[in-house]
Amino acid sequence: MAEEKEPMFSPKNIKLLTNPINVDNPITKQVLGICSALAVTVKLEPAIVMSLSVLVVLSFGNVIISFMRNGIPSRIRIIVQLVVIAALVILVDQVLKAYAYNVSKQLSVFVGLIITNCIIMGRFEAFAMTNKPWPSFLDGLGNAFGYAWILVAVAFFRELFGTGSLMGLQIIPDSFYEIGYVNNGLVLLPPMALFAVATIIWVQRSRNKDLVED
Amino acid sequence: MNKNSNSYIFIYASVMVVLVAVILTSANLALKPLQDKNKENEKMINLLSSIGIDADASNASELYSKHLKKEVIINENGEELSTYANGELTGSKRAFGVNLKTALYNASKGEVAMPLFVMDNDGETFYVIPLFGKGLWGPIYGNISIESDKNTVAAVNFGHDSETPGLGAEIILPAFTDEFKNKQIFKDGEFKSVSVVKGGVDMQTKVAEENGVDAISGSTLTCDGVTNMLHDCMINYVKYLKQEDK
Repeated sequence: MAEEKEPMFSPKNIKLLTNPINVDNPITKQVLGICSALAVTVKLEPAIVMSLSVLVVLSFGNVIISFMRNGIPSRIRIIVQLVVIAALVILVDQVLKAYAYNVSKQLSVFVGLIITNCIIMGRFEAFAMTNKPWPSFLDGLGNAFGYAWILVAVAFFRELFGTGSLMGLQIIPDSFYEIGYVNNGLVLLPPMALFAVATIIWVQRSRNKDLVED
Repeated sequence: MNKNSNSYIFIYASVMVVLVAVILTSANLALKPLQDKNKENEKMINLLSSIGIDADASNASELYSKHLKKEVIINENGEELSTYANGELTGSKRAFGVNLKTALYNASKGEVAMPLFVMDNDGETFYVIPLFGKGLWGPIYGNISIESDKNTVAAVNFGHDSETPGLGAEIILPAFTDEFKNKQIFKDGEFKSVSVVKGGVDMQTKVAEENGVDAISGSTLTCDGVTNMLHDCMINYVKYLKQEDK
Protein backbone atom coordinates (compact mmCIF):
# COMPACT_ATOMS: atom_id res chain seq x y z
CA MET A 1 0.00 0.00 0.00
CA ALA A 2 0.97 3.58 -0.53
CA GLU A 3 1.19 4.35 3.17
CA GLU A 4 4.13 1.99 3.69
CA LYS A 5 6.41 3.74 1.25
CA GLU A 6 5.41 7.37 1.55
CA PRO A 7 3.53 9.43 4.15
CA MET A 8 -0.24 9.55 3.69
CA PHE A 9 -0.18 13.25 2.97
CA SER A 10 3.02 13.52 0.97
CA PRO A 11 3.29 16.58 -1.30
CA LYS A 12 2.38 14.37 -4.25
CA ASN A 13 -0.78 13.18 -2.55
CA ILE A 14 -1.74 16.69 -1.46
CA LYS A 15 -1.46 17.72 -5.09
CA LEU A 16 -3.99 15.03 -6.02
CA LEU A 17 -6.40 16.72 -3.69
CA THR A 18 -5.75 20.35 -4.60
CA ASN A 19 -4.99 20.24 -8.32
CA PRO A 20 -8.52 19.34 -9.42
CA ILE A 21 -9.89 22.24 -7.41
CA ASN A 22 -8.03 24.77 -9.53
CA VAL A 23 -5.58 24.02 -12.34
CA ASP A 24 -6.92 20.57 -13.19
CA ASN A 25 -10.59 21.24 -12.48
CA PRO A 26 -12.85 18.53 -13.93
CA ILE A 27 -15.31 21.03 -15.37
CA THR A 28 -13.20 23.98 -16.44
CA LYS A 29 -10.00 22.17 -17.46
CA GLN A 30 -10.97 18.58 -18.23
CA VAL A 31 -14.40 19.74 -19.52
CA LEU A 32 -16.20 16.76 -18.01
CA GLY A 33 -19.57 16.73 -16.30
CA ILE A 34 -20.83 19.75 -18.22
CA CYS A 35 -24.25 18.14 -18.76
CA SER A 36 -25.06 17.89 -15.08
CA ALA A 37 -23.60 21.36 -14.50
CA LEU A 38 -26.35 22.66 -16.77
CA ALA A 39 -29.13 20.54 -15.36
CA VAL A 40 -28.90 20.96 -11.61
CA THR A 41 -27.67 24.53 -11.19
CA VAL A 42 -30.98 26.39 -11.44
CA LYS A 43 -31.20 26.35 -7.67
CA LEU A 44 -28.52 26.09 -4.99
CA GLU A 45 -30.05 23.25 -3.00
CA PRO A 46 -30.13 20.53 -5.68
CA ALA A 47 -26.62 21.62 -6.72
CA ILE A 48 -25.35 20.94 -3.20
CA VAL A 49 -27.20 17.62 -2.93
CA MET A 50 -25.83 16.58 -6.32
CA SER A 51 -22.28 17.58 -5.29
CA LEU A 52 -22.47 15.52 -2.11
CA SER A 53 -23.77 12.46 -3.93
CA VAL A 54 -21.05 12.74 -6.55
CA LEU A 55 -18.50 13.10 -3.74
CA VAL A 56 -19.59 9.83 -2.16
CA VAL A 57 -19.88 7.89 -5.41
CA LEU A 58 -16.63 9.21 -6.90
CA SER A 59 -14.38 8.73 -3.88
CA PHE A 60 -15.65 5.26 -2.97
CA GLY A 61 -15.91 4.20 -6.61
CA ASN A 62 -12.29 5.24 -7.16
CA VAL A 63 -11.20 3.12 -4.18
CA ILE A 64 -13.18 0.08 -5.30
CA ILE A 65 -11.93 0.27 -8.88
CA SER A 66 -8.39 0.74 -7.57
CA PHE A 67 -8.63 -2.42 -5.47
CA MET A 68 -10.00 -4.32 -8.45
CA ARG A 69 -7.61 -2.82 -11.01
CA ASN A 70 -5.29 -5.83 -11.36
CA GLY A 71 -8.12 -8.27 -11.96
CA ILE A 72 -10.28 -6.33 -14.39
CA PRO A 73 -10.06 -7.76 -17.92
CA SER A 74 -9.27 -4.74 -20.11
CA ARG A 75 -11.80 -5.72 -22.76
CA ILE A 76 -14.77 -5.30 -20.43
CA ARG A 77 -13.33 -2.63 -18.14
CA ILE A 78 -15.90 0.03 -19.11
CA ILE A 79 -18.73 -2.40 -18.28
CA VAL A 80 -17.10 -3.23 -14.94
CA GLN A 81 -16.78 0.48 -14.15
CA LEU A 82 -20.40 1.06 -15.08
CA VAL A 83 -21.58 -1.76 -12.82
CA VAL A 84 -19.57 -0.32 -9.92
CA ILE A 85 -21.04 3.16 -10.47
CA ALA A 86 -24.59 1.89 -10.83
CA ALA A 87 -24.32 -0.33 -7.75
CA LEU A 88 -22.94 2.54 -5.66
CA VAL A 89 -25.62 4.95 -6.82
CA ILE A 90 -28.40 2.48 -6.03
CA LEU A 91 -26.83 1.81 -2.65
CA VAL A 92 -26.62 5.54 -1.87
CA ASP A 93 -30.24 5.95 -2.97
CA GLN A 94 -31.41 3.05 -0.79
CA VAL A 95 -29.59 4.37 2.27
CA LEU A 96 -30.99 7.88 1.73
CA LYS A 97 -34.51 6.48 1.35
CA ALA A 98 -34.12 4.78 4.71
CA TYR A 99 -32.31 7.44 6.72
CA ALA A 100 -32.85 10.77 4.93
CA TYR A 101 -36.19 10.45 3.22
CA ASN A 102 -36.62 14.12 2.35
CA VAL A 103 -33.21 14.38 0.73
CA SER A 104 -33.88 11.24 -1.27
CA LYS A 105 -37.07 12.70 -2.65
CA GLN A 106 -35.11 15.64 -4.03
CA LEU A 107 -32.35 13.41 -5.26
CA SER A 108 -34.60 10.96 -7.10
CA VAL A 109 -34.34 12.83 -10.40
CA PHE A 110 -30.58 13.09 -10.21
CA VAL A 111 -29.78 9.44 -9.61
CA GLY A 112 -29.73 8.77 -13.34
CA LEU A 113 -27.58 11.84 -13.82
CA ILE A 114 -24.95 10.57 -11.40
CA ILE A 115 -24.66 7.27 -13.27
CA THR A 116 -24.09 9.12 -16.53
CA ASN A 117 -21.78 11.74 -15.00
CA CYS A 118 -18.70 11.55 -17.19
CA ILE A 119 -16.38 12.78 -14.42
CA ILE A 120 -16.86 9.53 -12.54
CA MET A 121 -16.04 7.27 -15.44
CA GLY A 122 -13.33 9.68 -16.54
CA ARG A 123 -11.54 9.41 -13.17
CA PHE A 124 -11.99 5.62 -12.98
CA GLU A 125 -10.46 5.22 -16.40
CA ALA A 126 -7.73 7.87 -16.10
CA PHE A 127 -6.67 7.42 -12.50
CA ALA A 128 -8.08 4.57 -10.44
CA MET A 129 -7.27 1.93 -13.07
CA THR A 130 -3.55 2.65 -12.70
CA ASN A 131 -3.13 3.87 -9.12
CA LYS A 132 -3.26 2.56 -5.58
CA PRO A 133 -6.39 2.89 -3.43
CA TRP A 134 -5.26 5.77 -1.18
CA PRO A 135 -4.15 8.15 -3.97
CA SER A 136 -7.31 7.14 -5.84
CA PHE A 137 -9.43 8.11 -2.87
CA LEU A 138 -7.70 11.51 -2.70
CA ASP A 139 -8.08 11.98 -6.43
CA GLY A 140 -11.79 11.20 -6.11
CA LEU A 141 -12.22 13.66 -3.26
CA GLY A 142 -10.27 16.37 -5.08
CA ASN A 143 -12.22 16.02 -8.29
CA ALA A 144 -15.52 15.92 -6.44
CA PHE A 145 -14.62 19.16 -4.65
CA GLY A 146 -13.50 20.72 -7.91
CA TYR A 147 -16.84 19.74 -9.42
CA ALA A 148 -18.76 20.90 -6.36
CA TRP A 149 -17.41 24.41 -6.16
CA ILE A 150 -18.13 25.13 -9.82
CA LEU A 151 -21.65 23.76 -9.42
CA VAL A 152 -22.30 25.80 -6.28
CA ALA A 153 -20.81 28.96 -7.82
CA VAL A 154 -22.92 28.66 -10.96
CA ALA A 155 -26.06 27.80 -8.96
CA PHE A 156 -25.42 30.75 -6.64
CA PHE A 157 -25.50 33.24 -9.51
CA ARG A 158 -28.36 31.55 -11.33
CA GLU A 159 -30.63 31.39 -8.31
CA LEU A 160 -29.71 34.88 -7.11
CA PHE A 161 -30.28 36.63 -10.43
CA GLY A 162 -32.93 34.28 -11.76
CA THR A 163 -35.29 34.14 -8.81
CA GLY A 164 -33.90 36.71 -6.38
CA SER A 165 -33.45 34.10 -3.67
CA LEU A 166 -30.88 31.67 -2.25
CA MET A 167 -31.76 28.21 -0.90
CA GLY A 168 -35.39 29.26 -1.48
CA LEU A 169 -35.14 32.31 0.80
CA GLN A 170 -35.73 35.70 -0.76
CA ILE A 171 -32.51 37.76 -0.82
CA ILE A 172 -33.27 40.72 -3.03
CA PRO A 173 -35.59 42.97 -0.98
CA ASP A 174 -39.08 43.95 -2.14
CA SER A 175 -38.01 47.59 -2.36
CA PHE A 176 -35.74 46.70 -5.30
CA TYR A 177 -38.68 45.26 -7.18
CA GLU A 178 -40.75 48.33 -6.41
CA ILE A 179 -38.25 50.63 -8.11
CA GLY A 180 -38.29 48.46 -11.21
CA TYR A 181 -35.80 45.64 -10.70
CA VAL A 182 -36.80 42.51 -12.59
CA ASN A 183 -35.51 38.96 -12.14
CA ASN A 184 -33.58 37.79 -15.17
CA GLY A 185 -35.56 34.85 -16.53
CA LEU A 186 -32.83 34.09 -19.07
CA VAL A 187 -30.47 33.10 -16.26
CA LEU A 188 -32.76 30.19 -15.42
CA LEU A 189 -32.48 28.70 -18.91
CA PRO A 190 -29.76 26.08 -19.59
CA PRO A 191 -27.64 28.22 -21.97
CA MET A 192 -26.86 30.65 -19.17
CA ALA A 193 -25.14 27.87 -17.24
CA LEU A 194 -22.76 27.55 -20.18
CA PHE A 195 -22.11 31.30 -20.13
CA ALA A 196 -21.44 31.13 -16.40
CA VAL A 197 -19.07 28.17 -16.76
CA ALA A 198 -17.36 29.93 -19.68
CA THR A 199 -16.88 33.04 -17.59
CA ILE A 200 -15.23 30.99 -14.84
CA ILE A 201 -12.95 29.35 -17.44
CA TRP A 202 -12.09 32.77 -18.87
CA VAL A 203 -11.19 34.20 -15.47
CA GLN A 204 -9.19 31.09 -14.59
CA ARG A 205 -7.19 31.09 -17.82
CA SER A 206 -6.47 34.80 -17.81
CA ARG A 207 -4.98 34.41 -14.34
CA ASN A 208 -3.00 31.30 -15.16
CA LYS A 209 -1.43 31.41 -18.63
CA ASP A 210 -0.22 27.78 -18.36
CA LEU A 211 -3.79 26.62 -18.89
CA VAL A 212 -4.14 28.35 -22.26
CA GLU A 213 -3.91 25.91 -25.14
CA ASP A 214 -2.58 27.05 -28.49
CA MET B 1 -3.39 -16.45 -16.17
CA ASN B 2 -4.54 -14.79 -19.36
CA LYS B 3 -6.84 -11.97 -18.36
CA ASN B 4 -8.07 -11.47 -21.88
CA SER B 5 -9.19 -15.01 -22.51
CA ASN B 6 -12.89 -15.46 -23.10
CA SER B 7 -13.36 -17.83 -20.18
CA TYR B 8 -11.70 -15.41 -17.74
CA ILE B 9 -13.92 -12.57 -18.95
CA PHE B 10 -17.05 -14.71 -18.65
CA ILE B 11 -16.19 -15.91 -15.17
CA TYR B 12 -15.17 -12.43 -14.03
CA ALA B 13 -18.36 -10.86 -15.34
CA SER B 14 -20.61 -13.55 -13.87
CA VAL B 15 -18.99 -13.44 -10.45
CA MET B 16 -19.11 -9.66 -10.38
CA VAL B 17 -22.77 -9.49 -11.39
CA VAL B 18 -23.78 -12.12 -8.83
CA LEU B 19 -21.82 -10.30 -6.11
CA VAL B 20 -23.38 -6.95 -6.95
CA ALA B 21 -26.83 -8.52 -7.04
CA VAL B 22 -26.30 -10.08 -3.61
CA ILE B 23 -25.06 -6.79 -2.14
CA LEU B 24 -27.94 -4.76 -3.56
CA THR B 25 -30.57 -7.32 -2.60
CA SER B 26 -29.36 -7.58 0.97
CA ALA B 27 -29.15 -3.77 1.25
CA ASN B 28 -32.70 -3.55 -0.02
CA LEU B 29 -33.97 -6.25 2.33
CA ALA B 30 -32.19 -4.75 5.30
CA LEU B 31 -33.42 -1.22 4.65
CA LYS B 32 -36.94 -2.12 3.51
CA PRO B 33 -38.63 -1.83 6.93
CA LEU B 34 -37.17 1.64 7.47
CA GLN B 35 -38.15 2.74 3.97
CA ASP B 36 -41.70 1.47 4.41
CA LYS B 37 -41.93 3.25 7.73
CA ASN B 38 -40.85 6.49 6.02
CA LYS B 39 -43.50 6.06 3.35
CA GLU B 40 -46.16 5.39 5.98
CA ASN B 41 -45.05 8.44 7.94
CA GLU B 42 -45.18 10.55 4.81
CA LYS B 43 -48.73 9.39 4.11
CA MET B 44 -49.76 10.29 7.66
CA ILE B 45 -48.01 13.66 7.47
CA ASN B 46 -49.85 14.45 4.23
CA LEU B 47 -53.20 13.39 5.68
CA LEU B 48 -52.57 15.53 8.75
CA SER B 49 -51.44 18.54 6.76
CA SER B 50 -54.66 18.43 4.75
CA ILE B 51 -56.60 19.16 7.94
CA GLY B 52 -54.14 21.86 8.94
CA ILE B 53 -51.86 20.01 11.34
CA ASP B 54 -48.10 20.14 10.91
CA ALA B 55 -46.43 16.89 11.80
CA ASP B 56 -42.97 15.43 11.26
CA ALA B 57 -41.66 11.91 11.15
CA SER B 58 -41.18 11.75 14.92
CA ASN B 59 -44.78 12.46 15.94
CA ALA B 60 -46.74 11.49 12.81
CA SER B 61 -48.22 8.22 14.00
CA GLU B 62 -49.12 9.63 17.42
CA LEU B 63 -50.87 12.68 15.97
CA TYR B 64 -52.51 10.55 13.32
CA SER B 65 -54.19 8.23 15.79
CA LYS B 66 -55.18 11.25 17.88
CA HIS B 67 -56.92 13.05 15.03
CA LEU B 68 -58.35 10.08 13.20
CA LYS B 69 -62.05 9.46 13.74
CA LYS B 70 -62.30 6.55 11.39
CA GLU B 71 -60.92 5.07 8.21
CA VAL B 72 -63.57 3.67 5.91
CA ILE B 73 -63.68 1.87 2.60
CA ILE B 74 -66.81 2.69 0.63
CA ASN B 75 -68.51 1.01 -2.32
CA GLU B 76 -70.33 2.52 -5.30
CA ASN B 77 -73.52 3.11 -3.28
CA GLY B 78 -71.65 5.02 -0.61
CA GLU B 79 -71.94 2.17 1.90
CA GLU B 80 -69.09 1.41 4.24
CA LEU B 81 -67.43 -1.87 3.37
CA SER B 82 -65.05 -1.71 6.27
CA THR B 83 -64.41 0.65 9.11
CA TYR B 84 -61.37 1.17 11.28
CA ALA B 85 -61.85 3.27 14.37
CA ASN B 86 -60.17 3.42 17.77
CA GLY B 87 -57.82 0.63 16.79
CA GLU B 88 -60.65 -1.74 15.92
CA LEU B 89 -61.29 -3.03 12.46
CA THR B 90 -64.73 -4.01 11.18
CA GLY B 91 -64.59 -5.53 7.72
CA SER B 92 -61.73 -6.94 5.74
CA LYS B 93 -59.03 -4.28 5.56
CA ARG B 94 -57.87 -0.85 6.66
CA ALA B 95 -58.32 2.09 4.31
CA PHE B 96 -54.77 3.14 5.15
CA GLY B 97 -53.39 0.04 3.45
CA VAL B 98 -55.36 0.46 0.22
CA ASN B 99 -53.29 0.97 -2.90
CA LEU B 100 -55.07 3.91 -4.48
CA LYS B 101 -53.83 3.22 -7.99
CA THR B 102 -55.30 -0.29 -7.93
CA ALA B 103 -58.47 0.93 -6.24
CA LEU B 104 -59.03 3.54 -8.97
CA TYR B 105 -58.41 0.97 -11.68
CA ASN B 106 -60.92 -1.42 -10.08
CA ALA B 107 -63.38 1.44 -9.66
CA SER B 108 -63.20 2.17 -13.38
CA LYS B 109 -64.09 -1.50 -13.94
CA GLY B 110 -67.08 -1.15 -11.64
CA GLU B 111 -65.65 -2.64 -8.44
CA VAL B 112 -65.64 0.38 -6.20
CA ALA B 113 -63.77 0.11 -2.91
CA MET B 114 -62.36 3.53 -2.19
CA PRO B 115 -60.57 4.65 0.97
CA LEU B 116 -61.80 7.66 2.93
CA PHE B 117 -60.39 9.19 6.10
CA VAL B 118 -62.67 10.92 8.55
CA MET B 119 -60.52 13.15 10.71
CA ASP B 120 -61.07 15.60 13.45
CA ASN B 121 -59.34 18.82 14.42
CA ASP B 122 -60.56 20.87 17.38
CA GLY B 123 -64.01 19.30 17.25
CA GLU B 124 -64.45 19.92 13.54
CA THR B 125 -64.89 16.96 11.24
CA PHE B 126 -63.03 16.69 7.96
CA TYR B 127 -63.50 14.14 5.19
CA VAL B 128 -60.12 13.50 3.62
CA ILE B 129 -60.13 11.95 0.15
CA PRO B 130 -56.81 10.64 -1.17
CA LEU B 131 -56.02 11.54 -4.79
CA PHE B 132 -53.99 9.87 -7.49
CA GLY B 133 -53.72 10.77 -11.16
CA LYS B 134 -51.58 11.46 -14.18
CA GLY B 135 -49.48 14.60 -14.53
CA LEU B 136 -47.49 15.50 -17.62
CA TRP B 137 -44.42 13.33 -17.01
CA GLY B 138 -45.49 10.99 -14.25
CA PRO B 139 -47.90 10.36 -11.42
CA ILE B 140 -49.35 13.15 -9.28
CA TYR B 141 -51.05 12.53 -5.97
CA GLY B 142 -52.38 14.28 -2.92
CA ASN B 143 -55.25 14.69 -0.50
CA ILE B 144 -58.30 16.91 -0.44
CA SER B 145 -60.13 17.56 2.80
CA ILE B 146 -63.80 18.51 2.79
CA GLU B 147 -65.42 20.33 5.68
CA SER B 148 -68.28 18.89 7.70
CA ASP B 149 -70.86 20.40 5.30
CA LYS B 150 -69.46 17.85 2.79
CA ASN B 151 -69.19 20.54 0.15
CA THR B 152 -66.58 23.12 1.05
CA VAL B 153 -62.92 22.36 0.48
CA ALA B 154 -60.87 22.89 3.63
CA ALA B 155 -57.45 22.26 2.12
CA VAL B 156 -55.56 20.30 -0.50
CA ASN B 157 -52.03 19.12 -0.83
CA PHE B 158 -50.34 17.69 -3.87
CA GLY B 159 -47.21 15.80 -4.65
CA HIS B 160 -45.55 14.71 -7.86
CA ASP B 161 -42.68 12.57 -9.02
CA SER B 162 -41.30 14.34 -12.05
CA GLU B 163 -43.28 17.40 -13.16
CA THR B 164 -41.31 20.19 -14.83
CA PRO B 165 -39.37 22.20 -12.22
CA GLY B 166 -40.55 25.82 -12.17
CA LEU B 167 -43.74 25.03 -14.09
CA GLY B 168 -45.78 21.91 -13.34
CA ALA B 169 -43.83 21.26 -10.15
CA GLU B 170 -45.32 24.46 -8.71
CA ILE B 171 -48.58 22.61 -7.96
CA ILE B 172 -47.16 21.61 -4.59
CA LEU B 173 -46.59 25.22 -3.49
CA PRO B 174 -48.98 27.06 -1.15
CA ALA B 175 -49.51 29.76 -3.82
CA PHE B 176 -51.43 27.17 -5.79
CA THR B 177 -52.92 24.92 -3.11
CA ASP B 178 -54.25 27.87 -1.07
CA GLU B 179 -56.50 28.77 -4.01
CA PHE B 180 -58.57 25.65 -3.33
CA LYS B 181 -59.62 26.75 0.14
CA ASN B 182 -63.36 27.48 0.42
CA LYS B 183 -64.08 26.22 -3.08
CA GLN B 184 -67.08 23.94 -3.41
CA ILE B 185 -67.37 20.54 -5.02
CA PHE B 186 -71.16 20.64 -5.49
CA LYS B 187 -73.31 23.26 -7.20
CA ASP B 188 -77.08 23.09 -6.64
CA GLY B 189 -76.72 19.53 -5.42
CA GLU B 190 -74.86 18.43 -8.54
CA PHE B 191 -71.27 17.15 -8.39
CA LYS B 192 -68.95 19.62 -10.15
CA SER B 193 -65.55 18.83 -8.64
CA VAL B 194 -62.99 21.64 -8.58
CA SER B 195 -61.49 22.49 -11.95
CA VAL B 196 -58.21 24.21 -12.68
CA VAL B 197 -58.97 26.72 -15.44
CA LYS B 198 -56.88 28.91 -17.71
CA GLY B 199 -57.08 32.67 -17.81
CA GLY B 200 -58.69 33.47 -14.47
CA VAL B 201 -61.71 31.71 -13.03
CA ASP B 202 -63.79 34.90 -12.87
CA MET B 203 -63.53 35.21 -16.66
CA GLN B 204 -65.11 31.80 -17.24
CA THR B 205 -68.65 31.01 -18.25
CA LYS B 206 -68.30 27.22 -18.15
CA VAL B 207 -67.01 26.89 -14.61
CA ALA B 208 -68.63 28.74 -11.74
CA GLU B 209 -66.26 30.75 -9.59
CA GLU B 210 -66.80 28.56 -6.54
CA ASN B 211 -65.94 25.41 -8.55
CA GLY B 212 -62.70 26.54 -10.14
CA VAL B 213 -59.20 27.83 -9.44
CA ASP B 214 -56.66 29.62 -11.63
CA ALA B 215 -54.14 27.50 -13.47
CA ILE B 216 -50.38 28.04 -13.42
CA SER B 217 -49.08 29.69 -16.59
CA GLY B 218 -47.00 27.37 -18.73
CA SER B 219 -48.16 24.18 -17.06
CA THR B 220 -51.48 23.50 -18.76
CA LEU B 221 -50.98 19.77 -19.01
CA THR B 222 -50.08 19.30 -15.35
CA CYS B 223 -53.05 21.49 -14.37
CA ASP B 224 -55.37 19.47 -16.61
CA GLY B 225 -53.99 16.40 -14.83
CA VAL B 226 -54.94 17.96 -11.47
CA THR B 227 -58.46 18.69 -12.74
CA ASN B 228 -58.92 15.14 -13.98
CA MET B 229 -57.44 13.66 -10.83
CA LEU B 230 -59.80 15.65 -8.59
CA HIS B 231 -62.83 14.72 -10.68
CA ASP B 232 -62.00 11.04 -11.18
CA CYS B 233 -61.16 10.43 -7.54
CA MET B 234 -63.94 12.42 -5.92
CA ILE B 235 -66.71 11.10 -8.18
CA ASN B 236 -66.48 7.79 -6.34
CA TYR B 237 -67.44 9.50 -3.10
CA VAL B 238 -70.43 11.53 -4.37
CA LYS B 239 -73.05 9.09 -3.10
CA TYR B 240 -71.36 8.79 0.27
CA LEU B 241 -71.11 12.55 0.72
CA LYS B 242 -74.71 13.14 -0.41
CA GLN B 243 -76.11 10.31 1.65
CA GLU B 244 -74.76 11.66 4.89
CA ASP B 245 -76.49 14.95 4.11
CA LYS B 246 -79.89 13.41 4.75
